[in-house]
Amino acid sequence: MSTGDPSNGTRRRLTGWGGTAPSVATVVHPATRGDARAAFEAAGPRGLIARGLGRAYGDAAQNGGGMVLATAGLNGTALTAIGPIDGPRATITVGGGASLEAIQRAVLRTGWSLPVLPGTRHVTIGGAIASDVHGKNHHVDGSFGAHVEAFTLQPPAGDPIVVTRASDAALFEATTGGMGLTGVVLAATLRLMKVETRLMRVHNQRTADLDATMRALVEADATHRYSVAWLDLASTRARGRGIVTAADHARAAEAPAVGLLDEPSLWRATVPPVVPMNLVRRAGVSLFNAAWFRRPLPSEALAPIESYMAPLDALGAWNRLYGPRGLVQYQCALPAGEEAVLRAIVEAITHAPAVPALSVLKRFGPGNGAPLSFPIEGWTLAVDFPAGDPALGASLDTLDEHVAAAGGRVYFAKDARMRAEMVPLMYPRIDEWRATQARIDPAGVLTSDLDRRLHLTAASTRSAR
Amino acid sequence: MTDATGRPRTVLVLGGGSDIGLAITHALVGRGARGVVLAARDTARLDAPAAALRAAGAAVETIEFDAEQVDTHEDVVAQAFERARALTGDVDIAILAFGLLDQATVLEEPPATAGHVAMVNFAGVVSSGLAVAQQMAAQGHGTIVVLSSLAGQRARPSLLPYAAAKAGVDAFGDGLDEALLGTGVRVMTVRPGWVRSKMTADRRSAPFATSTERVASDVLRGLDRGSRVVWSPGVIRLVGAIIHYLPRPLFRLLLGSR
Ligand SMILES: Cc1cc2nc3c(=O)[nH]c(=O)nc-3n(C[C@H](O)[C@H](O)[C@H](O)COP(=O)(O)OP(=O)(O)OC[C@H]3O[C@@H](n4cnc5c(N)ncnc54)[C@H](O)[C@@H]3O)c2cc1C
Repeated sequence: MSTGDPSNGTRRRLTGWGGTAPSVATVVHPATRGDARAAFEAAGPRGLIARGLGRAYGDAAQNGGGMVLATAGLNGTALTAIGPIDGPRATITVGGGASLEAIQRAVLRTGWSLPVLPGTRHVTIGGAIASDVHGKNHHVDGSFGAHVEAFTLQPPAGDPIVVTRASDAALFEATTGGMGLTGVVLAATLRLMKVETRLMRVHNQRTADLDATMRALVEADATHRYSVAWLDLASTRARGRGIVTAADHARAAEAPAVGLLDEPSLWRATVPPVVPMNLVRRAGVSLFNAAWFRRPLPSEALAPIESYMAPLDALGAWNRLYGPRGLVQYQCALPAGEEAVLRAIVEAITHAPAVPALSVLKRFGPGNGAPLSFPIEGWTLAVDFPAGDPALGASLDTLDEHVAAAGGRVYFAKDARMRAEMVPLMYPRIDEWRATQARIDPAGVLTSDLDRRLHLTAASTRSAR
Repeated sequence: MTDATGRPRTVLVLGGGSDIGLAITHALVGRGARGVVLAARDTARLDAPAAALRAAGAAVETIEFDAEQVDTHEDVVAQAFERARALTGDVDIAILAFGLLDQATVLEEPPATAGHVAMVNFAGVVSSGLAVAQQMAAQGHGTIVVLSSLAGQRARPSLLPYAAAKAGVDAFGDGLDEALLGTGVRVMTVRPGWVRSKMTADRRSAPFATSTERVASDVLRGLDRGSRVVWSPGVIRLVGAIIHYLPRPLFRLLLGSR
C-alpha cells in the first residue's frame, strides 16, 4: 500500500456504496499525519478529498482526475488509532479513519457505547462527522456532531488545527455535515454513553398503511429512545404499511444471563428484505415485502445493539445484489407539519416506473446549528431504487421539487443525482457555509465529484456556474 | 459527470452541424444534459442548431474546429473542455460526428478529394479523438462516442475513401477503448447503416436505412448498457458480420456493387 507520498499513489476507479457514477482518482493512504499534509502539497488542479469506508451511496468520496486521501484500511496508524477511554469525562479520542465498528468493539466491553450509530457500523469517524450522521435515536440524542467535543483538522495549507465549538464555532459547524470539504479530520474526541448490556429491548408493531405507520412512530418516540419503520412501498393496496420497531437499551436486570463480554454473534440477526434486484422486478419485491410483512413477529424481543442499529451489516456487501448497475438511495427530510407532502411522495413512488426496493421511515428531532447538517425536525424517508432505469432520474427530480417546496432537503451522503439548482433551496444557509469553507481553503483545493456536481464550494461555483 | 441515473450534464460535439451528432445531443438534452459545446469549421452554420438546443433547455457554446487541421486539435479540444467547464462542468460525453461523403464514384473522383475525405474522416478522428481521450483521462471519467459506419465493415467501390476511412475509425475506436482501460474513460463505437440525413439527402437509399432519431435512441441505449459497439438499427449487426466475411463474388452479387 502506498503512503501519503503521491508518487506512491495508485490510480483507482472509485464509486460510492451504490456502485454508480465511477471516476478514477489517485488514491493515497496516509500512514502518518504528515502524509496528509504532504498529499495536499502534491494535489494537482483537480484537488483532493478524504475518503473513509466509502459508505456514502453517491460521489461524495470520489474525485475524478484528482487525489483521494483514503483514511481507513491501514491498521495501526495514527489515523485509525483508538485511544483509551477517559472515564471521568466520558470521552474517547480516536483517529479520523477509525471505524465505528472498531470503536464499538473496544468500548462496549467496559459498558460504553457511541451515542449515535447509523444504519451501518462500517463508517469512519471522519465520514460520520462529514455527513453529520444520524441514528434511530435522533429524536432524543440528535446527530453525531452533538457528541463531538473536538477534532483535529488538516486544512489544505499549514499545520493541523484542533477545532472546538469554543475555538472556531463556524469551522466546527461547517465541518459537521461539510462532506469533507473543509479538510481532513485526522482525529476526534467523542462523548460516550454508559450502557448496562449489549442488548436492546425491541418492540415490533405491524401497521396497516402510511398514516398508521406515522402514528405508530409518533407514539413510539414519546416513550422510546430508538425508533424506525420499515415501509412496504411495493404494495399498491396497503400503501405505506410497515413494521415499526421501537427500542431502548436493555437494563442489566432485563438480561441477567447476558454479560457485556458475550459476543453478539451468538444472537441470530433479523435482516430486512434485501431483494436481489438484478433478478426480480416489482412483482418480486411485492412478494418479498408481503412475506416480510407477514412473518411471525414477536411483539417484544431482546436483540444485540448492532443487529438493531445496523441489521444490514449481517449481509456484508449486499449492494452487489443490485448487479453491475448498482443502486440509488433517495433520502429526504421533510419538516413536521408537511405530512401531506410525505403522503404525496409515497404515492408518487408507488406509481413511478422505478421499483422501490427497501424503504425506511423515521422521525427527526430538532436539527443542530450546522449549516449543511441534514436532519431537520420532522420526517425522513429513505428509499433504495435499482439504478439503470432511464426514467429514474426524471422521477427523482420531481420528488426533489416537492421536497424543496415543502422546506425539506435531500441527504448529500446518499445522493448521486441531484441537481445543483436544488442546493440553495434545500440548504438555505449554503452561502454562510461557503464563506467558512473559502476561509479555510482560499485556493479551492478541496473538491469532490459531489462538489463539482452540486457546486457546494465557492470555487466550484466559479469554475462552472 | 454522468450521474447515477445515467444522465450526463455536459456534451461536446465535434462536427456540431452533423444531423446524427445533433440528434444524439437532443436526446441527451431530453434526458437532462444541461451544457453543450458545438464545434465545427464554420461556426456561423452552428447558429440554428445552437438555437434549437437552447430552446430545448441547454446552455450552448460554439467553437471553431477544422477536422482537417490536425495540428490544431490538441489546443482546440483543450479550449472546448475549458468552455464546457465554464458552462456546466467536465465534458461527460464527446461525440465525434464530423465527416465528409465522397461526391463521385471512386475512379472518377479527383484523387485530392478522396485524400481530403480520408484526412477528415480518419486522420481528423484520430487526432481529435486522442485529444479528447487525454482530456477525459485527466478528469478521470467520460465517454467518447465515435461514429463509424456499416460501410466500414467492407469497403466497396462506391464511397470507397469514405468506407476505407470508416474502417480505420472503427479500428481506432476499438483500440482507443482498450488503451483507456483503467482511466475511467470509455469509447463507444457506433455503426449505423444508411442514415437518412442532409449528408445523404441527394443519394439513393440503401437497405436497412435508418433515421437520425433511431440512431440517437440506439446510442442512448448503448450508453445505458455500457456497450462498446452499437449497431443501428440493431439488425445490421448480422449484415455487418455477413458482409465482412462474405467471399468477394458473393458480396458483389449481394450488394450489386459495381
Ligand atoms: C447500509 C448503510 C446504512 C446507512 N445508514 C445511515 C444512517 O442510518 N444514518 C446516516 O446518517 N447515514 C447512514 N449511512 C450513510 C453513512 O453513514 C455516511 O455516508 C457516512 O458518511 C459514511 O462514512 P464513510 O467513512 O464510509 O465515508 P465515505 O463514504 O468514504 O465518505 C463520506 C464523506 O465523508 C468525507 N470524509 C470521510 N473521511 C473523512 C475525514 N477523515 N475527514 C473529512 N472528511 C471525511 C468524505 O469526503 C465524504 O464527503 C448509511 C450507509 C449505508 C451503506
